Amino acid sequence: MATLPRSFQEIILRLQTYWAQAGCAILQPYDMEVGAGTFHPATTLRALGTRPWAAAYVQPSRRPTDGRYGENPNRLQHYYQYQVLIKPSPPDLQDLYLGSLEAIGIDLHLHDIRFVEDDWESPTLGAWGLGWEVWCDGMEVSQFTYFQQVGGHDCHPVSGELTYGLERLAMYVLGVEHVMEMPFNDPGAPIPLTYGDVFRQTEEEYSRHNFDAADTERLLRHFEDAEAECRALLAAEETDPRTGRRIVMAHPAYDQCIKASHLFNLLDARGVISVTERQAYIGRVRALAKLCADAFVRTEAGGWTGEAA
Amino acid sequence: MPDLLIELLSEEIPARMQERAAEDLRRLMTDGLVEAGLTYSHAQAHATPRRLTLAIEGLTERSRPMREERKGPRTDAPPQAIEGFLRATGLTLDRLERRAEKKGEVYFAVIERPGREAAEIVAEVLGRTIRDFPWPKSMRWGTGSLRWVRPLQSILCLLVRDSGPEVVPFEIGGLVAANTTRGHRFHAPQGFSVTSFEDYEARLRRAHVLLRAGERMERIRHDATTLAFARGLEIVDDDGLLREIAGLVEWPVVLMGAIEDEFLSLPPEVLRTSMKEHQKFLSARNPATGRIEGFVTVANIEAPDGGATILEGNRRVLRARLSDARFFWENDLRVARAGMQEWKEGLRHVTFHNRLGSQWDRVERLCVLSREIAPHVGADPDLAAQAAEVAKLDLRSAMVGEFPELQGLMGRYYAEAAGLPPEVAAAAADHYSPLGPSDDVPAAPVSVAVALADRIDMLTGFWAIDEKPTGSKDPFALRRAALGVVRLLTANGLRMALQPLFGARLPQPVAADLLAFLHDRLKVHLRERGIRHDVIDACLAMPGADDLTLLVRRAEALAAFLKTDDGTNLVQLYKRTANILTQAEERDGVEYSFGADARFAEAAEEHALFAALDAEEPAIRAAMAREDFATAMAALTRLRGPIDAFFEAVQVNADNAMIRRNRLNLLSRIRMLCLSVADLSRIEG
Repeated sequence: MATLPRSFQEIILRLQTYWAQAGCAILQPYDMEVGAGTFHPATTLRALGTRPWAAAYVQPSRRPTDGRYGENPNRLQHYYQYQVLIKPSPPDLQDLYLGSLEAIGIDLHLHDIRFVEDDWESPTLGAWGLGWEVWCDGMEVSQFTYFQQVGGHDCHPVSGELTYGLERLAMYVLGVEHVMEMPFNDPGAPIPLTYGDVFRQTEEEYSRHNFDAADTERLLRHFEDAEAECRALLAAEETDPRTGRRIVMAHPAYDQCIKASHLFNLLDARGVISVTERQAYIGRVRALAKLCADAFVRTEAGGWTGEAA
Repeated sequence: MPDLLIELLSEEIPARMQERAAEDLRRLMTDGLVEAGLTYSHAQAHATPRRLTLAIEGLTERSRPMREERKGPRTDAPPQAIEGFLRATGLTLDRLERRAEKKGEVYFAVIERPGREAAEIVAEVLGRTIRDFPWPKSMRWGTGSLRWVRPLQSILCLLVRDSGPEVVPFEIGGLVAANTTRGHRFHAPQGFSVTSFEDYEARLRRAHVLLRAGERMERIRHDATTLAFARGLEIVDDDGLLREIAGLVEWPVVLMGAIEDEFLSLPPEVLRTSMKEHQKFLSARNPATGRIEGFVTVANIEAPDGGATILEGNRRVLRARLSDARFFWENDLRVARAGMQEWKEGLRHVTFHNRLGSQWDRVERLCVLSREIAPHVGADPDLAAQAAEVAKLDLRSAMVGEFPELQGLMGRYYAEAAGLPPEVAAAAADHYSPLGPSDDVPAAPVSVAVALADRIDMLTGFWAIDEKPTGSKDPFALRRAALGVVRLLTANGLRMALQPLFGARLPQPVAADLLAFLHDRLKVHLRERGIRHDVIDACLAMPGADDLTLLVRRAEALAAFLKTDDGTNLVQLYKRTANILTQAEERDGVEYSFGADARFAEAAEEHALFAALDAEEPAIRAAMAREDFATAMAALTRLRGPIDAFFEAVQVNADNAMIRRNRLNLLSRIRMLCLSVADLSRIEG
């Protein structure tokens, strides 16, 4: 790679171009609040079933407890992940991944790239896989996972999942010490914007909201509504009375599961969930994820070919 | 005879699994080959982050042909029996032999197994080894169903003869064995072929791969030591970490950097732990001050800039990590200086066990126990109770939340920061010791009081709710807690009766059961120090057995006593004495326990025994009263001669009833005297 990227967005654009050239469908972020790129149905649900899949996308992610009012150089309650999911995992996935690092200006002969054991597990999604965290000069820049199970279902074929923490990776490539100082667009642009110009205020607002202002009773009610809605959608007759067609509402139900998961995270940030309750809430979200996975494999995209299958 | 070379190249194998995996590969392959009838002269296995390699020397070319005879049913047996035999042997009826035996004609199966080629056997055993490999965790990838620790990429499998190497025909999961491998991921990614193990290892080295983990470790150790020395520093020993690092690199390149000044004020343990846990850095210490001033990172690549970029990147990551650590440290110090109230509150909300209350409930119990124990261990009761109150508070600190292994150590720093007495601060750190059987045991009285309270609370608590260890299950590490009590008391020579402590907290039978559990741990502990279980049993029967120090002293004296000739003979004489008495008592229906009178003595040996008993008995009683077991037992040995002589010359069961009774009462004096020292009847042999 001849040139080094000059901004946060250039790194994103280069990843988009790279993975597009590698054959992935470049999707857009999912339009809901999620804790990580994995929650996008393009990963969670598409990792299920037998149909091949290859997608890449940026996913804005929210972790309410990580809010630091925009003051911490590395911590944010809202940040971006870059996510790649390829099913079945190709034999050269590691090389493809390393190519993406070169594409964003990391010289593989000048840096020390290591694959360090890190098994991934999402208790809320009932999912796990084996893989690594990828280190560049001692810093974790990506998570690399071969999905073995999602929503309690064995993955067959196995998907390979890559997750890049974009801010951290970009800060490293751009040599920035504080995330808010990172150039968002090109520093030579007529109106140069930093990450702080875009996000400092929202970090502050959401930190207050997440830690102190969000109304816990309403959040709790919303959690229970989402849970009930998810179950109701999945309990509905598979045959749609209006069209007479078989329509399993896996995605609308999964939206409610995502909602419940985010509401749980907010309740957690508000500090109203005790250690013992925590496990119970996680179990409730996992039960929804499992039902959604069960439903998805009964859809066409999930490889459903009729009752006989 | 050919050599065999196998390499299984995969994506990165977790460092912690490599050593074991190499050994498993060697074991499974050699066992399988031998079982199939091959022999070999030597086998070695190696692992790197990406490969498992096995080299076997002197493998036989073919397995020996084997002939096996199996006796079947009689020829007139029911058809089902004959069919069963045919199924078991895989033969047809016309292939069976009929042989006349004593009881009639019997079928025999003669199974001939021709010798098989080594290549065929290797392929078969390798397939089984890969499919059944005992990885702690394995996975599938792509569309396949084969499992390996991470995706398997290529297989090299060669039989090497004088005439040259030959690829073993083998295929698994779509991978076909070949004579090729690849070098270092970045330095030498292209494939190359090899002709033998020596050639393989040499070519790998040229391709920037050190095959042997030991060599990688030594290179790291050597280079790190040299770099540190040049800066006047020394590497903090950590073989476990070194081994792990050697499992993360195929071509170790050691780089060293300095810890920035602003972090030098962090406790050295925090620096070390943060660098080790997060970054796998070795620590470099200033030998003069003990401070950690440098870090060593091991890269997997020789960079054209000499590693400057890599070092700079690592420095930045370390800076972020240590900034976090410093944030925790400063926050914690603030809480500590304010009296740690926040942490006390916090412990109320942490469950220790759902039937034993919160961590704070436990702290309150520790305070009571420590105060109670203090006088027995020479500690000030108020200080001990205060130490117990703060000993667990660091569990709520941010630093221990991040690095649980720093519990106790941080407690000491925070207690010091809170301005608490030095004994209290020391107890916060030391009350966790001893953890293992060879750990140092704290000696400072306040630390000992809290350490004992900590373990006794665990034991009485879990005994109270009947959660005792069973078999291999000991989820609350109660055996370790019990051994801790044993070592804390005995290593410090502390005299303390445990029964009152247990009895105040548990119903009597449960308290007795707990004491028996401690005695079992004590037996294991003493057995490792060469004291036999029967010696301990002999002492357990004595009063004061809930005082472990007393028990150990008695056992040690008895063990030493039994090592002498006089001692072993005395035990024999005691047993003879006891036997005669028991028989007489059974026959006469009385207990001979009083009233031997020297006036009725006849023989000179009898008089001598009276005299000896009169002389030694007060000495033994006095020695026992001051718990001077060695003196008491030495006195006991002086009785050996007189008792021996008495048995030689005197008939106990004399015709004269009065004389007989007097002699039996004399024996009873011996028995009681011996039993006042230890229950010698428990001594075996």
